[in-house]
Amino acid sequence: MSQVIARANADALPDITTERGERAVFCGLTSIIWLHRRIQDAFFLVVGSRTCAHLLQSAAGVMIFAEPRFATAILGERDLAGMADCHEELDRVVSELLARRPDIRRLFLVGSCPSEVIKLDLANAAARLQGVHENRLRISAFSGSGIETTFTQGEDQCLASMVPDLPVLSEGSQRLMVVGTLADIVEEQFRRHFAQLGITEVDFFPAARADDLPPVGPGTRVLLAQPYLSDTVTALTKRGAKLVSAPYPLGIEGTLGWFEAAASEWGHHAEAVQEALAIPVARAQKSLARVRESLEGRSVHFLPDSQLEIPLARFLRDECGMSLTEIATPYLDQTLMADELRRLGSGVSLVEGSDLDSALARVREHRPDLTVCGMGIANPLEAEGFRTKWSIELIFTPIQGFDQVADLAGLFARPLVRERQLEVGSWS
Amino acid sequence: MELTLWTYEGPPHVGAIRIAASMRDVHLVLHAPQGDTYADLLFTMIEREGRRPPVTWTTFQARDLGGSTAEMVIQTLQGACERYQPQVLLVAESCTGELIQDQPGALAKGAGLSAPVIPIEMAAYTRKENWGASETFYQLVRGLLAARAPKPGEERSARPADQPASVNLIGPTKLGFRCRDDVTEIRRLLESMGVRVNVVAPLDATPHDLLRIPDADANVNLAPEVGDLTCDWLKRQFKQPIISTVPLGWGATRDFIAEVIETLALDIDPETVGESRLPWYSRSVDSTYLTGKRVFIFADGTHALAAARMARDEMGFEVVGLGTYSRERARDVRALATEYGLEALITDDYLAVERAVTELQPELVLGTQMERHIAKRLGLPCAVISTPAHVQDYPARYSPQMGFEGSNVIFDTWVHPLIMGLEEHLLTMFRDDFEFNDGAVPSHLGGEGGGAQQPDNVTPMIPAEPGAVAWAVSAEKELRKIPFFVRGKARRNTEHFALEQGLSVIDVETLYEAKAHYSR
Repeated sequence: MSQVIARANADALPDITTERGERAVFCGLTSIIWLHRRIQDAFFLVVGSRTCAHLLQSAAGVMIFAEPRFATAILGERDLAGMADCHEELDRVVSELLARRPDIRRLFLVGSCPSEVIKLDLANAAARLQGVHENRLRISAFSGSGIETTFTQGEDQCLASMVPDLPVLSEGSQRLMVVGTLADIVEEQFRRHFAQLGITEVDFFPAARADDLPPVGPGTRVLLAQPYLSDTVTALTKRGAKLVSAPYPLGIEGTLGWFEAAASEWGHHAEAVQEALAIPVARAQKSLARVRESLEGRSVHFLPDSQLEIPLARFLRDECGMSLTEIATPYLDQTLMADELRRLGSGVSLVEGSDLDSALARVREHRPDLTVCGMGIANPLEAEGFRTKWSIELIFTPIQGFDQVADLAGLFARPLVRERQLEVGSWS
Repeated sequence: MELTLWTYEGPPHVGAIRIAASMRDVHLVLHAPQGDTYADLLFTMIEREGRRPPVTWTTFQARDLGGSTAEMVIQTLQGACERYQPQVLLVAESCTGELIQDQPGALAKGAGLSAPVIPIEMAAYTRKENWGASETFYQLVRGLLAARAPKPGEERSARPADQPASVNLIGPTKLGFRCRDDVTEIRRLLESMGVRVNVVAPLDATPHDLLRIPDADANVNLAPEVGDLTCDWLKRQFKQPIISTVPLGWGATRDFIAEVIETLALDIDPETVGESRLPWYSRSVDSTYLTGKRVFIFADGTHALAAARMARDEMGFEVVGLGTYSRERARDVRALATEYGLEALITDDYLAVERAVTELQPELVLGTQMERHIAKRLGLPCAVISTPAHVQDYPARYSPQMGFEGSNVIFDTWVHPLIMGLEEHLLTMFRDDFEFNDGAVPSHLGGEGGGAQQPDNVTPMIPAEPGAVAWAVSAEKELRKIPFFVRGKARRNTEHFALEQGLSVIDVETLYEAKAHYSR
């Protein structure tokens, strides 16, 4: 096992402070909302409480028109009091579910706060249920509980739970594994770019079909499309894969750096990558220039939410000309963020963790032009006279890659453009 | 263990948050894990609140579970008291908080806090949101007023003759259905009768306001899902009578006025109070097309009961399905359904409601956000009449449901998704015209999707039963000549008829036989 870790120069790192207190973040169950759109034949069964069901419904905004491919098995008093055998109950619920949805090829049992606290062993349950439904579908378990995961970490746990199922990569071959949920359109663009670089041995994980599992082995080079996949990377490196240290494919520089890092594993120089991708880069520059006008010289403040804060801040500063008042992130994985931290450099205030009231006090003190925050906080900040961008949209919108650069900048520009346009009196 | 896709109600602690968020100078500390804070967005996004709900969360994580969570509770309580200085501090747990048994209520009592503490037991694994709201409000009122209750045998002092009669409006909350405007409307109505509104609670009340509740002559139980328990207690303890008619609909508003007059012994002619356009709008000729429209109703108990009465008696619809997710109101809804010759649907299973709607093929669905989805999926017109509701059901305009203006609003709301009478007439006359083809939607809805746009393309959730009858080409062609907005019903009726008659193929004759059969 080997791992490339690009350690940043300690002098050039941002100033990192850690904060503990009230956290205003979603739990990992929220990841199900984009995972079930991505893996189109998977079903996510949360074993939890009415709160879990209500969270999924509220975060999804009850926007999903069709019957969703997720549900909650709500624990009742009988389950907790031991009057009903939780495992028998779960078997019953799973059979009910599979009878309804014969199209499902993969079932995830998703742990929640209540199931973790009562120590309901879902991995064990998954193994048992696998035996019952052996030839029908694959069943595994992961935790999306709030006591263990925040927001995007649910995807990390989900992918990590699939790693043992990945087939073995034949010896002597080298393949690239792009890890992290991407929109189909972005995956297609990236495949074309890799082909332009002469890299065709590319897998995307997770894929649109649950049975499409990429092989893994010492020849695997892991390139992260999302920055919140710590446990998945650990599981993959345990199977011999090597992590390619790279920035995240957000913005032109991030995307170019991302392709360069991958290409260097195939022996291509950065110049060759720049030449091969010159056309999409030029197109991205042209489209970004228009949006940049609205952002240049403005300040932005990140409250902790999705783990995308660091690469987004880097993009807004380096490519859109914004200044950073503070970047806060729920937790900091220095390995996965090594390249990004180096690009961010010193003189940036980076906060790990959260204490909501003091974080809001700093927003009021700095008075940034734009605050990136969770959905629950956005309107109250607007009412106080702050422009905000609610961050869940950054997770649901295709924002990675060259052709999405202007869209990404546009998400931040829109609140500022709107502020200039409206003539309806004060905000609050 | 219960398999759930969508839920009509949140967990009980969300009900507690609704009470805290409705009031002023109350703060709620919730012992809950990281992630449960999602509940903030219900208020700030769906209801566009400009302030965060007054809730501080402990947001514990796995690493805190070793034994320091009780300490977190105390720190959180002290921090919240210091920062927000509430008149009253409510303390409760979410479902996970309940499991780790830190007893935050007891911790709060012993923490020497500057604010009086009222702990609330949430029963997260047996109860739901409306119960949580009702229980929280009741505990709050009881906690503040129990010591002031008159002793047994002590008479309520009579209101001085020079003072106007007064009532409290009990039950309206944040995230209730149109509560903001209903309070305004009912206040206007009462004031026009010379009745003073003493306290509105919980909406916009402070704990000090709650202390004034006993000053009123009676309590108006405006939102029984939240107010029942409290109104009953106030009646027992303070001898305050309850005005229990919910003024939803024209007839119910008249009944409400009569009950107010009787309860407060007012000397007013009820016929002189207020006026509504609903009776004339309903009697005008355009509305004849509403006659016998088949409606399906599913809502919270209060709104389901009121909608059924309005639908039948005030709009001239035929109620073909009636149900509620409020188990607390099941008995009332069952009784009314029986009166309407129906079997009530009492469930919180969204799929059971969907099956019922699919089976009944109503011409209008009156329901919650969930039924809006069901109706959209089936291509049926729909109006939202109850929570759970989405952001578009918290409108900017004045849009009450209660009182006479409320019945005007409801008339418009229910008629809007339908094709207007004159238009329906023209569509029938000119059905072969290319502009009045299957795709035609009510002209005022454009591409909005409120109408039955593609009734024939809807894939039913319930697959056709085996042995389903086949349609002869000629009959299929004839069927297409039937106006599209009744075609679904005609198809269904004809198939039922054919099955009953043991026919395997439907021809033109069968179609008209069936029509004759069902028009009896």
